[in-house]
Amino acid sequence: MAKQASIEQDGIIKEALSNAMFRVELENGHEIIAHISGKMRMHYIKILPGDKVKLEMSPYDLSKGRITYRYK
Amino acid sequence: MSKIKFKTDEEIELIRESALLVSKTLAEVGRLVKPGVKTIELDRVAETFIRDHKGVPAFLNYNGFPYSLCISTNDRVVHGFPGNDELREGDVISIDCGAVLNNFVGDSAFTFAVGEIDPEVRQLLDITRESLYRGIEKAVVGSRIGDIGYAVQEYTEKHGYGVVKELVGHGVGFKLHEKPEVPNYGKRGTGMKLEEGMVIAIEPMINLGKAGVKFWKDGWTVSTIDGKPSAHFEHTVAIRKGKADILSTFDYVDEVLKS
Repeated sequence: MAKQASIEQDGIIKEALSNAMFRVELENGHEIIAHISGKMRMHYIKILPGDKVKLEMSPYDLSKGRITYRYK
Repeated sequence: MSKIKFKTDEEIELIRESALLVSKTLAEVGRLVKPGVKTIELDRVAETFIRDHKGVPAFLNYNGFPYSLCISTNDRVVHGFPGNDELREGDVISIDCGAVLNNFVGDSAFTFAVGEIDPEVRQLLDITRESLYRGIEKAVVGSRIGDIGYAVQEYTEKHGYGVVKELVGHGVGFKLHEKPEVPNYGKRGTGMKLEEGMVIAIEPMINLGKAGVKFWKDGWTVSTIDGKPSAHFEHTVAIRKGKADILSTFDYVDEVLKS
């Protein structure tokens, strides 16, 4: 059975929550909760409100996302 | 992201058992593919066959999927529902099946012709099936996920077909859908490195016309936007050094198709 591919989207950090979670506003206007990816955590990449980020989202749960990149 | 579940040689053998059960089920169902047959009947036969062999259909109730088989005819790509619709001469029917045996999952799919089909559709089926093997050739230790997708994409697009991008292959074995995702398109040298112990389902979904697909309101069925037919072939494959180990097989189906 084929799996639906994860979707990559851009968003803006609205608010930093605890446990490396963030409230993010997507390009389409939706607000989701996203967590920072392990790789970014490993490299101590700081994310602050106002940052533009790239997210990976599962088509099976569009309310959550994984932040995979912070744009310069 | 890198939480790949690696399988031991013993576990791979058990996944092979499940994959072979799926392969035999596809043959059992393929035997019945003729004009006039109702697709819901194929689903019943598959479920009975899997249970008779002490297995459990992997798709039934998976995220709410209501059947044991995905039946996708003509312009439907994947995840179609079996129903009371009858097969007609000239149709192509993609049948996707999964089975759980001893808690290990196998996954495979085949696109059958119903009676005589258009030569250009026949070619779509042959090329798509071959593209699966082109992808499998790259499923070896040291290669990357992108190499598999590149091989499938390069071969099928060369023939003018559209590669479906919204749906992908996947890791498989302990569960039906595991990491990693295995797209049918890609750039050589990109993506996760393939290692011994990985088991993946490679499943080219190739459209006769354009690659665009739409998702139906039933929450499952996917069909081509341009209405042209689509083909789907899938194997469960264990990554090895030098040459992949194909755990499922089309031998049983080919036997049935020969007779």
